[in-house]
Amino acid sequence: MLVGLVSRFGQMVFVLVGISMLVFLIFFATPGADPAARIAGRNASQETLAAVRHDYGLDQPLPIQYGMMMKRLFVTGDLMSFVNRGQRVTPMVAAAIPVTLSLVLGAAVLWVLGGLVVGVLAAMTRGRWLDRSLMILSLIGVSMPVFWLGEVANLVTQSRFHDTMLFSWVPALGYKPITEDPAAWFKTLVVPWITLATLYVGLYGRVLRAALIEVLQEDFIRTARAKGLSETRVLLRHGLRSSLVAFVTMFGLDFGALVGGGSLLTEVVFGLQGVGKLTYDAMQNLDLPTIMATVIYASFFIVIASFLVDVLYAVLDPRVRHAR
Amino acid sequence: MRAFEVDERLGAEAGAKAPASVPPREASQNPWAVAARKLRRDGAAMVSLIVFLVVVALCLSAPLYATYVSGTDPFATNLNGEAVINGQTTPVLEASTEGLGLGMTPIGPTWRIGPYVLGADNQGRDVAARLLYGGRNSLLIAGVATIITLAGATLLGVVAGSFGGLVDAALSRLLDILWAFPIYLLAISLSIVLISKGFDIGPISITSGSLALPIVIIGIVYVPYVARPIRGHVLSLMAQEFVTAAIGLGVPSWRILWVDILPNVATRVIVFIPLMLALNMMTESALSFLSIGVQSPDASWGTIIQDGQGLLYSRPWVALAPGMAIALCVLALNILGDGVRDALDPKSKLR
Repeated sequence: MLVGLVSRFGQMVFVLVGISMLVFLIFFATPGADPAARIAGRNASQETLAAVRHDYGLDQPLPIQYGMMMKRLFVTGDLMSFVNRGQRVTPMVAAAIPVTLSLVLGAAVLWVLGGLVVGVLAAMTRGRWLDRSLMILSLIGVSMPVFWLGEVANLVTQSRFHDTMLFSWVPALGYKPITEDPAAWFKTLVVPWITLATLYVGLYGRVLRAALIEVLQEDFIRTARAKGLSETRVLLRHGLRSSLVAFVTMFGLDFGALVGGGSLLTEVVFGLQGVGKLTYDAMQNLDLPTIMATVIYASFFIVIASFLVDVLYAVLDPRVRHAR
Repeated sequence: MRAFEVDERLGAEAGAKAPASVPPREASQNPWAVAARKLRRDGAAMVSLIVFLVVVALCLSAPLYATYVSGTDPFATNLNGEAVINGQTTPVLEASTEGLGLGMTPIGPTWRIGPYVLGADNQGRDVAARLLYGGRNSLLIAGVATIITLAGATLLGVVAGSFGGLVDAALSRLLDILWAFPIYLLAISLSIVLISKGFDIGPISITSGSLALPIVIIGIVYVPYVARPIRGHVLSLMAQEFVTAAIGLGVPSWRILWVDILPNVATRVIVFIPLMLALNMMTESALSFLSIGVQSPDASWGTIIQDGQGLLYSRPWVALAPGMAIALCVLALNILGDGVRDALDPKSKLR
């Protein structure tokens, strides 16, 4: 097990270094324009350009520039934005993390519960009308662009039906910290949660249904039935348990991807100042240092999270532990 | 042909529920014909295919629509134009009556054949005509990006899987890195660097605002998603007895690749086509919505949704219509994808 973990750890470090180099090369070595001009933002003065060149060591060879960049991101944390003059990037990202986590965690609860219900119901009624309609609804959910669904939700809850009993409680767009006002935090996030979860309910429901149907062909299910267990018990206690493996793996990956930038579109549509919205705003202002920081922090989060999931797997599942 | 029979046997060995011996009638026929017949019998997939083809045909007829039905140039701003609706002459953009009375409200949907069926956007352009032109761009980008992804992924996957050793190690690590990179952030990083100044390296030159930019970006970001399963498939094929036998017979390796490996890989690649088309349409719309895809005054379904964002509460159809078009196409492609997979490759597990 230890050998496996060490090699997996080595792989993680390699990917981290690779990603940071790739980001660095995209921003500093893509042919086309002077990186100093890109970093300084629109219509920068000659003094700013000179300051950028000095700050980032742009007159030095690429490996040294890379080293300086990494030091500023992870050691000193003093990467500066040139568009919002003097604004440090790292604290901005840190301030945005709770918003993204609130959004993704709430949506995750919804989509796991929704996916379980859809998957189990569809598998239980396989081939009948309930299964068919659930699967069609899931496919429709998977096929709608999330930012468009968010706009439709805004149209319904903020404008067209805002004055009816149903949606008069929906507050204006924006984020309220949970520490200040938990009720307002919850109310502002309900619509974004449902919007973000819709796609994943469809996805997880379909995957779980397929996994359940496959498991139900296995011998141990026949044994359970032969023992005289009720069909519900067979499905939930025996079938669901072994189908959850695929579900859990998917969840780890999707959760990491959403926290690491995937929730960008939802944050933009609902005006939530999370990491994704920060990246989006920086993109509108051509604020490259901020984008570099969010991209590197987010991808590091994803890589480290998927490493931790693998470690957890090795701890939980003896088959994985002895695989290497 | 031979490759396909081998594939059937592979499935049987892998413990699938298929009978160990292939029924003689099926085996004696062209496997592509068998798959096509299976697909034709799949009602949902056929309906989806027809829906998708109808959408493609409608989008291709965009110039006809702009000339004969809407009668306006969907790319020119038309701030002071007038339209005749119900026999009355109405300005295309009217001063807003809501709120402070600032800004302009474009003409709303007329819901009858003629100009401004779906209304105008905030530049006074006909939304229905832009929707059709936008569909061409969305479909074009999704299509070409799919070709780039599948060609790149097949090349990488086959090279890595069949050469093995150092080549495989290097390519796999490269794919690992790209795989771990968050898709939208990678696309944003590439776009932000390229979109303002374009791209100029040796003979390849892409001007900013060109459609080639989103095509290349979308084509590249999904390569690892396809290359990894293909590499795995090639690796398992290389370990099969019929390849060992071919090597033992002294068949040159290019011929093994061509006759034994590629036909088997081809079925996998074809299964990916509708799914990648759907995924790429979604990605294109997202990038255009974030204003780093198709650039104004060109249209795509994502850019029209973005145009409609400011008009969401007064003229919702500007944003609603293109979203419905995307959802319809993606839905049709997903159903078709399920059908193609069942017809060609019933044992593969795709998410």
